Amino acid sequence: MKRRPPQWRTDMLLINCPYCGPRPELEFAYAGEAGITRPADASELDDDAWGAFLYQRSNPRGPHDERWRHLHGCARFFNARRDTVTDLFAATWKVGEAAP
Amino acid sequence: MGMQRFSGFALARQTLSGHAGWGRQWRSPEPKAAYDAVIIGGGGHGLATAFHLARDHGLRNIAVLEKAWVGGGNTGRNTTIIRSNYLFDASARLYDHAVKLWEELSQTLNYNVMFSQRGVLMLAHNVHDVQSFKRHVHANRLNGVDNEWLSAEEAQEFCPPLRIDGGMRYPVLGAALQRRAGTARHDAVAWGYARAADALGVDIIENCAVTGIVRNTQGAVEAMETTRGRITTPKIGVVAAGNTSVVMGMAGVRMPLESYPLQALVSEPVKPVFPCVVMSNTIHAYISQSDKGELVIGAGTDAYISYSQRGALHISSHTLEAICELFPQFRRMRMLRNWGGIVDVTPDRSPIIAKTQVQGLYVNCGWGTGGFKATPGSGHLFAWTMAKDEPHEINAPFTIERFRDGRLIDEAAAAAVAH
Repeated sequence: MKRRPPQWRTDMLLINCPYCGPRPELEFAYAGEAGITRPADASELDDDAWGAFLYQRSNPRGPHDERWRHLHGCARFFNARRDTVTDLFAATWKVGEAAP
Repeated sequence: MGMQRFSGFALARQTLSGHAGWGRQWRSPEPKAAYDAVIIGGGGHGLATAFHLARDHGLRNIAVLEKAWVGGGNTGRNTTIIRSNYLFDASARLYDHAVKLWEELSQTLNYNVMFSQRGVLMLAHNVHDVQSFKRHVHANRLNGVDNEWLSAEEAQEFCPPLRIDGGMRYPVLGAALQRRAGTARHDAVAWGYARAADALGVDIIENCAVTGIVRNTQGAVEAMETTRGRITTPKIGVVAAGNTSVVMGMAGVRMPLESYPLQALVSEPVKPVFPCVVMSNTIHAYISQSDKGELVIGAGTDAYISYSQRGALHISSHTLEAICELFPQFRRMRMLRNWGGIVDVTPDRSPIIAKTQVQGLYVNCGWGTGGFKATPGSGHLFAWTMAKDEPHEINAPFTIERFRDGRLIDEAAAAAVAH
């Protein structure tokens, strides 16, 4: 079984900031799984739901929607879809835009 | 079945016959249609669990399923450091339980795991480190765990290659030393447990990936689908390290885990030059010398979750810079190999060894960047938990529910290591 994808990454990720364009990984900070919204009614939640919001993560082996921040650039947050096995980015998009 | 015992006598006898008589060390059985219990994951922790289930709890009709080969995951990828100088009471008990088992492990398994209590030195580079490590020393001693504070000069006496002059960006101000800590031969740990478990009747099934977990109408586990057919079992123990979230997802359970690549490197082999293990949290480096002569160097994790088993170059470069600063004589050594293992990290950096809300489903995970040291204790406690359907006193705090109840064991903040 050939597992290596055609375009394996070399030494550092090249990440396409939707505001600044492609920049090396070192300029960025990872900011975790995307789409985790703080519940509006936090005080109404039971402990299971609150614990799940705080700590449970999808952690998938494959495509993952996540947040990044171009910390040493425009300093803005954006969203990305990356394959966690190959580390290849499928897309990046601005906060507030629909996922492609 | 009869295990071929290793001894001086056996070695002498084999020498006379040209070492042609050493047999296979464990069988390679076809999976049966049903087992009393199945362990998913044939690393050190999974194999140790199977060994203790068979030896201590009489469960002999059991199997360990490994998707590749035994010990090919994090067991064969770590830097083999063993220590128990953790801050919190629950952690100190857990890891020291393992160190005590390490001290007898070669005899227990009749397999030389090359456990070497050469001492682990943790360097302090600033006032915060000094205060934090002294606090660890005192907390450890209250818990019966040996740990002592050394001045920079005493640290250099213990580890002569260490540079302690003031010319460094992060000078060495002192160190905490655990003398009972050390290293072991990681492959031998997997092989020794596999051989001993097999001799007790455990089926170790390599090249068998689990593809699904089947639950019955009451919600309890009933069977699993694998690449080598369906296996029925009432008890499943998931010991899948970086892939735990994926496997638990097959049973419909979401986990408080994230998986990251953690890197290590080895140098070209040289004569004995390094007597102990040195760790530095602040500038992030771990180093020891294997019995083969390679310097074994531990680097950090990537910042983002990944299953790539590689890790980025700048992470290992950073660690090599720290090594060169601490040990200038290693600056011209060449690195032979560099690899990554996928570590499953909990929010509080403490493991989970527990029952789950699903009847018959147990999980041993979240060892993060430091699971190897706990292998014998982890196996012993997880086997207890699976056999009795309740935790041992030592692993009772290490539940999944602590993330619901807020009873974290926050070694992330206590930071024996800064990840």
